[in-house]
Amino acid sequence: MRILRYLGLFLLVFALGFVPMHANGNEAAEGKGTVDVQEIVFGHIRDSYEWHLFSFQGKHVSIPLPVIVHSATTGWHAFSSSHLTHGGEYEGFYIATEGSYAGKVVEKDAQGNEVRPLDISITKTALSLMINSALLLIIMLGVARWYKNRKPSSEAPKGFVGFMEMFVMMIHDDVIVSCVGKDYKRFAPYLLTAFFFIFINNLMGLVPIFPGGGNVTGNIAITLFLALMTFLAVNIFGTKAYWKDIFWPEVPTWLKVPVPFMPVIELFGVFTKPFALTVRLFANIMAGHAIILSLVSIIFITASLGAVLSTSMTIISVLFSIFMSLLEILVAFIQAYVFTMLSAVFIGLARIHHEEHA
Amino acid sequence: MELLTPDFGTFFWMLVSFIIVLVILAKSGFPALVNMVNERKQYIDDSLKSAREANEKLSHIKEESESILVEARKEQARILKEAMDTRNKIVNEAKDKAKAEGGRLLEEARKQIQKEKDDAIRDIRKQVAELSVEVAEKVLRKQLSSEVEQNGMIERMLDEVSDSKK
Repeated sequence: MRILRYLGLFLLVFALGFVPMHANGNEAAEGKGTVDVQEIVFGHIRDSYEWHLFSFQGKHVSIPLPVIVHSATTGWHAFSSSHLTHGGEYEGFYIATEGSYAGKVVEKDAQGNEVRPLDISITKTALSLMINSALLLIIMLGVARWYKNRKPSSEAPKGFVGFMEMFVMMIHDDVIVSCVGKDYKRFAPYLLTAFFFIFINNLMGLVPIFPGGGNVTGNIAITLFLALMTFLAVNIFGTKAYWKDIFWPEVPTWLKVPVPFMPVIELFGVFTKPFALTVRLFANIMAGHAIILSLVSIIFITASLGAVLSTSMTIISVLFSIFMSLLEILVAFIQAYVFTMLSAVFIGLARIHHEEHA
Repeated sequence: MELLTPDFGTFFWMLVSFIIVLVILAKSGFPALVNMVNERKQYIDDSLKSAREANEKLSHIKEESESILVEARKEQARILKEAMDTRNKIVNEAKDKAKAEGGRLLEEARKQIQKEKDDAIRDIRKQVAELSVEVAEKVLRKQLSSEVEQNGMIERMLDEVSDSKK
């Protein structure tokens, strides 16, 4: 019974979440006669300067977000993004519609060229990121508060704290301790934070209504930063043996001198590892969002193809969307897990010592 | 391509958010939990160990108590026996002493009686001698009231003396 209730709730959330899509679709259908799937999908996946909540009878309802830019000529500016909607221009800034800066805030320099100012606007992704970070902090500090004023001899926690304890210890023991090796203590806080950070952002990305739904971990700047953190952790704490294995690996000498094949390959590997981390997480999450949105778009594409086809495709589409959403919940966990595990493995590999290596 | 070019603003906010989250969680989030779990594990291990030790101790104590009981029984028997012996000895000694004392008293009493008897006999003898002397005196006085008799007597005595000298 309880499962049915959850399923019902899930469907309800789903339906609510896609109300804007519906409205959008109708508008598009009325306007151009076709549904612009690309715009729907990329409009979501791309970052934006406002948080589009829904459209109702052709009106877009959005939360305007602050635009913070620093122009080389006019200095710092901060204003609401509501000034820039529908091609508006404010203090010389506007959102480019074409060119390499399409969708970004730009200004015109003295020669009349479009230039990009230093842009640290709190965009939809940035706001999602902050909301999710705050949520993560609330959850984790709430859990951590349980442990204050308690002794090891007191009973183990129950309920949510117990679940989080199990969850954290699973990542800690099965991933971090077993992959990093004996000096895991130094890296455990980073790896745990990375895991839960990615996981909560992945999950919140799957919630279709306001506080969730931002495409955070499907944004390459986010995954790049995370991979960069791992890259720094690996290379700053790399042992002598690690660097020796890169520049003087134990391979036949002709592979190293006179042409350093192996060192070049190894050095290349140092940079491909974080690159792979970046792209894996980004591509997985982005693709997940794109697939769910595309599946939902089927409903609106087929809307003009007659009642029977439309109804049957709608059913199929909803079923597929539910399936994909459940799959994405799994992917949310798996990708966070994989990122953490690979980071731990890379750190572990950089912490080798010669006596172990022999 | 836009999706694949990292945006500086997003990167910047990511840096800020992640570093804040990392610092806070690394300081007061995860360590509390992980340490508590490890300490609890340690506590459980210690408790199990001490429970095992206590069990061992308990079984030891049982054995020990049994041996102590056996020993105590032995000791009890020994003490009882000793007490009996001592009692017997004391009783016997007391009997012997009493007997000896009785014998001594009896002996003394007998001696006393003997002495009294001797004294009494001596007194009687003395009185008898005195009485016989008086009687003899009286008899002699009666018999020797005449000259004749006195001479006769002297004669007889002299005879006797001469007879005895022969």
